[in-house]
Amino acid sequence: MSRTQFTRRRFLATTAAASAVAIGAPYVRTSRAAGRLSVGFWDHWVPGANDTLTAICQEWAKKENVELKIDYITSQGNKIMMTATAESQAQSGHDVLQFLAWYPLSLAKSLEPLDDVMGGLLKQNGKVSPAIEYLGRSEGHWLGVPAVTGTQVKPPCARIDLLKSQCGIDVQAMYPAGRPPTREAEHWTWDNFVVAAEKAFKAGNPFGLGLGQTTDSVDWVGALFASYGAQLVDAKGNITVKSDAVRRVLEYSQRLVKALPPDVFAWDDASNNRYLISGQGSLIFNPPSAWAVAKRDNLKVAEQLWTFEMPKGPQGRYAPFLPFLWGVWKFSRNKPAAKSLLAHLLQRQNVERIVNASGGYDIPSFESMRDFKVWELVEPPKGTVYHYPPRTEVTWMAGAPAPASIAQQMYVQAINTKMIARCTQGGDSIDKTIGWAASELEGYMRS
Amino acid sequence: MANGVVQAAGLSVPRRRRSGRRLARHKSTIAFLMALPLIALIAALVIYPALYSLHLATLNKSMERFVGLGNFAFLFKRELFWMVIKQTVIFALSAVIFKALIGFVVAHFVHNIPAKGQRKWRGMLLVPWVIPPAMSTLAWFWLFDPSYSAFNWVLTRVGLDAVPWLGEPLWARFSVILVNVWYGAPFFLIMYLAALKSVPEQLYEAAAIDGANWWQKIWYITLPMMRNIIAITVLFSLIVTFANFDIVRILTNGGPIDQTHVFATWAFQLGIEGGDLPLGACVSLFMFPILGVAAYFILRDINRRGTEA
Repeated sequence: MSRTQFTRRRFLATTAAASAVAIGAPYVRTSRAAGRLSVGFWDHWVPGANDTLTAICQEWAKKENVELKIDYITSQGNKIMMTATAESQAQSGHDVLQFLAWYPLSLAKSLEPLDDVMGGLLKQNGKVSPAIEYLGRSEGHWLGVPAVTGTQVKPPCARIDLLKSQCGIDVQAMYPAGRPPTREAEHWTWDNFVVAAEKAFKAGNPFGLGLGQTTDSVDWVGALFASYGAQLVDAKGNITVKSDAVRRVLEYSQRLVKALPPDVFAWDDASNNRYLISGQGSLIFNPPSAWAVAKRDNLKVAEQLWTFEMPKGPQGRYAPFLPFLWGVWKFSRNKPAAKSLLAHLLQRQNVERIVNASGGYDIPSFESMRDFKVWELVEPPKGTVYHYPPRTEVTWMAGAPAPASIAQQMYVQAINTKMIARCTQGGDSIDKTIGWAASELEGYMRS
Repeated sequence: MANGVVQAAGLSVPRRRRSGRRLARHKSTIAFLMALPLIALIAALVIYPALYSLHLATLNKSMERFVGLGNFAFLFKRELFWMVIKQTVIFALSAVIFKALIGFVVAHFVHNIPAKGQRKWRGMLLVPWVIPPAMSTLAWFWLFDPSYSAFNWVLTRVGLDAVPWLGEPLWARFSVILVNVWYGAPFFLIMYLAALKSVPEQLYEAAAIDGANWWQKIWYITLPMMRNIIAITVLFSLIVTFANFDIVRILTNGGPIDQTHVFATWAFQLGIEGGDLPLGACVSLFMFPILGVAAYFILRDINRRGTEA
């Protein structure tokens, strides 16, 4: 007996007939069970966040008469990455899986195109982050839809008191709670950022910016490079590292590194959080997880934290973005149901429930969904994460705009932070560093 | 009658031999059948993945095209590849040498402790080896923590400068080797202790009568008697240390500036994180000839020991 009662033809017919609102429920319930669906989601670190996602999925399953099984897969020890690779190799596993940024593109051949789902969602929800366009589409086809859980940006999270007293910067005046950035935010540039970093360093509370090889470090450096227009490889796959923009950003980094703690080259994704929560640091680039832990472990620090936009560079203001995507395997036995679930999850009301459950940590990739109340209400202090969702910044994936197969290597090999490490800690000249990077990039061009 | 007895006796010998042969054949069949589940397990979990990784290593990045030895040729041209070979050799050799030395010295100390208290010491000294390395390495990571290192806290309390344990390439190499030595030395200790206990006491007594000093006893009695076990332990540890993954992965993730990458961590980064499974498989296969040579020596040594016994 076939386990799937919904055919692709039927799904498409139903979808076509449904209105924009009805896309969340493109099934027509039948008297028969609509098969089984197995889903692997990222295991959220916020207590209760998984429960909300489960509830939303089960509501859908009940309505659509689908037997749903959900596994929450941790990203600890790269388990979620290895699951994706293993399932792709084995051509067996979940029907729907949550993928970390690069994986839909690197496993493209094993993934079902989701043009029908994404087409409807785009009509319904409007524009999606440029980074999602970059990571979710290949050869004109959508291979993943933007996952809500786990998708994050890493803007500055800084101490209100220390920035005011040591650097003369009133972050709440630049980025007031519940209101758009003021004119003063125009002065929040990378040039002024390094001046502030030097002041904080002198005062004994340096900015804590990791320069290791993990995602937090690679992401913020990616945004810094983008702000200066420093591309290592262009969209066509040409190596463009030997440019004035790259030279300029490295010169800038040489100045900035002098104002950072000397051990930043060994930092992992937890180091900056600890640095801020301990009261030692005055600014880090991170999602509000650092603030959430401070709220639990060091309330006095949490009460002084404010999250706001990235500094602006000569080429604009870029937010370090690290998304997850949901995809459907080609080997899935219940693709119509899988697509229906994804469409249901990305309904505005469901996205809002998921974001609320994460305390505002999860960032929706649809730009129209960055106005949820949760970011206004979270405290202390009230409005601390109001400016966490990127509203005027360009969301940026480090490695872009290089073709994904090259960019993924650039990202995981942390070529951008290594360049900074080489021309600062390593003692190499900027020319030598650029030469090294060019040679490394040649190695990433394999097809 | 007598002839009959002789005839019967003459006939009975080959019959017994035949049944003995049959039994032996039967026994080896039973032994093979009993070992079959293990052989199947090894075939499924070791031989198949090994052959599959050989196959992977001959494909292009998108795994659509056969490229023969192209991936290996590509790696030979990469500066980082040669750096990883150098680092893996430094890591494995220095860690094994220190593990062997420490194990040898501590085994002597423990051996000289009166039998009554020896069990407690043996138990305590084995603790690093029985804790899962991922867990103990995490504890070491906190001791080396870039900002809150417990070691640095002590150093600064006594007026010394803090050490960038994981932040400077040389210190980072030292740290990963140190943790590997800490984890692996108890294995050497227990093997050497067992070997020491098997050295006949009379040899030392005879040497003492001949006027041998402490060093001469070690050099002419202990070391020759332990030769085989030292060789086997060193070679076995070399294999395990060459293939080490967890310590480097947790402590430094190959950094800073790739200066602590070993084969396993780099292969993982290229293959799993970087989405280039063929190249990752290719890097991990480079361990094979090195470990194959080590395995050859182990087996040869075991054979010799068997012959000597």
